[in-house]
Amino acid sequence: MNTPPLTALDIVLRDAQIIVSCGSGGVGKTTAAAAIALHAAALGKRVVVVTIDPARRLADALGLSDGLSNEPTRVEIRDEPDTPGELWAMMLDPATTFDGLVHQYAETPEQAERILANGFYHNIAGALSGTQEYMAAEKLYQLHRDDRFDLVVVDTPPTRNALDFLDAPATLTRFINHRLFRLLMLPARKGLKVLNVAAQPVLRTIGKVVGGEVLTDAIAFFQAFEGMEIGFRDRADAVSDLLHSPITHYVLVASPRHDTVDEARYFAGRLAASDLAVAAVVVNRLQPRFGDATAEEAREASVLAEASGRADLAALWRNLAELRALADAEEAVIAPLVADTGATAIHRVPLLSDDVHDLGGLRQIADHLFRV
Amino acid sequence: MDSLQFFGAARLVIVAGKGGVGKTTVTAVLAQAATDAGLRVLAVELEGKPVLADLLAHTAVEVLTITAPEALADYLDSHGLKRVSKRLATSGIIDVVATAAPGIDDIVVLGKLKQLERTGGYDLIVVDGPAAGHAITFLMSARGLLDTVRGGPIRTQAEDVLEMFHDPTRCQVLLVTLPETTPINEVIETAYAVEERVGVQLGPVVVNGVDIGDPIAIIDADEHLVAAAEYRNHRRASQRDELTRLSDDLALAQIVLPQLPVAGITSAEVAELATALVAQIQRLPA
Repeated sequence: MNTPPLTALDIVLRDAQIIVSCGSGGVGKTTAAAAIALHAAALGKRVVVVTIDPARRLADALGLSDGLSNEPTRVEIRDEPDTPGELWAMMLDPATTFDGLVHQYAETPEQAERILANGFYHNIAGALSGTQEYMAAEKLYQLHRDDRFDLVVVDTPPTRNALDFLDAPATLTRFINHRLFRLLMLPARKGLKVLNVAAQPVLRTIGKVVGGEVLTDAIAFFQAFEGMEIGFRDRADAVSDLLHSPITHYVLVASPRHDTVDEARYFAGRLAASDLAVAAVVVNRLQPRFGDATAEEAREASVLAEASGRADLAALWRNLAELRALADAEEAVIAPLVADTGATAIHRVPLLSDDVHDLGGLRQIADHLFRV
Repeated sequence: MDSLQFFGAARLVIVAGKGGVGKTTVTAVLAQAATDAGLRVLAVELEGKPVLADLLAHTAVEVLTITAPEALADYLDSHGLKRVSKRLATSGIIDVVATAAPGIDDIVVLGKLKQLERTGGYDLIVVDGPAAGHAITFLMSARGLLDTVRGGPIRTQAEDVLEMFHDPTRCQVLLVTLPETTPINEVIETAYAVEERVGVQLGPVVVNGVDIGDPIAIIDADEHLVAAAEYRNHRRASQRDELTRLSDDLALAQIVLPQLPVAGITSAEVAELATALVAQIQRLPA
């Protein structure tokens, strides 16, 4: 019996315990993650997919229309009634995830409360760049250790820079351990509970710009945080180790546009520099191809048909030529990515006529990805 | 409407839209069409890899990149804090400051744009704004800072920016989208959020990459020819439906830019789209 060779994504599903879907915004990263998770569940795995800011219709398809849950919800997969697999989905709530970490690492409940009530802390949890990425990684770590799941599929936030995700744990640790933080802590260690802002030249400068009162919360935060840094850092290290472990597979998602291809290639390079490999590449939204005629042949056929008075047939050939030219142009755009990652890693998904708005639509994407 | 009237509506135009909708292309196309109409134009990019200079290489448009760290350093310099500005930027304290007062990085960028709008000597400044999610926070930064910062130069800056936002002759936001369900849903949500929460004037919505053309007559022919024609007809019809839904749900004029048969945009395509834009502007009511 001839079994077809395993594709790159087949191997990902066989070997990975964690799959990270990454790429620029708007390339269908979340959809790809959800389709991969659905397929894994159909194969019998217990899968949880973590989404970040999914389009409304995709959220509906996954039963997440109520918004942030931060806890996995079981998705009924009616089309696969006999599978022992399970599909769970959740939408990341970075702030709640961060609150959970504070509770876990605070030495006393009072310390946790002090931090959670602090305005500066809210800004970190809600707005500091990199926090969302770190919380996605943290959630991935928690779910990976949860016995309910064999496989965690995680979407990454639409960052300006794809490498933010890999770097996020270190970035946040660095922020918490910032030089300014140590500076702020000095007086506290000496027992001066009230810090003289004016005495610190750096603080005085910042105070001049933003107003001194803005700093009060920051100082209170860093003081409240004292003693938690080590626990926080160890956890960040553990999360970072998991991101770099061989059970974590990276799937790059791109669309046939220069910017998303550049971003995917950049991320592939970054992974290689960390001795990590791109497990598979998904190129979404490609123009479909019809028949084998080249654009040039179709154009010639159109001219011939026109010359023999068949305007209707000429229009059909002209249409074929236009679609084919567009498909060729797209292929040229993704060529460098194909060259970088190897043709066997690439999975192509054609431009579908409608957005995914139910599990059937997701199944359709999965069928393209896994050539069922 | 003629081009001069269109481009004369507001001096500062911030182009916003979700990643992948062609925001940068539209920025370049607007800049080129405006400079072709004889205006003195500045195109500004805020993030990502600088590409506007390439796209506008053969035009008279000036191109400028503004990043938050540079804008903050500039800001500190101009407030007599030159000595510390470098140290602040290099030591990463900027992050701590930006966290203490979220939006401060955005407000220094907006402040810089406001300064260019007031004193730059340009007829039109087109800004390739941040992607949709961030666009709201970017535009909201001024209002947010008024709540956290109770005095000092940053507060003044925020007040000045807000004043500019509330004057439709000074500033407009132009939203870009694609003729597909999710991008249309998102642009409608963004439009309401921008109007209600920021109070800035919205210009026409630009729908990018529209496959313009009449239905192809299906005849008895080779199956691939028929399948290709049916696919094309179906896509054009669903795009038309999306455009109709957009006009039903959002009372803003639409500018439709055609999909070009290329996958990558260069200065040649920008010039072609600028011509298409001018034709669309002429169809708008004066």
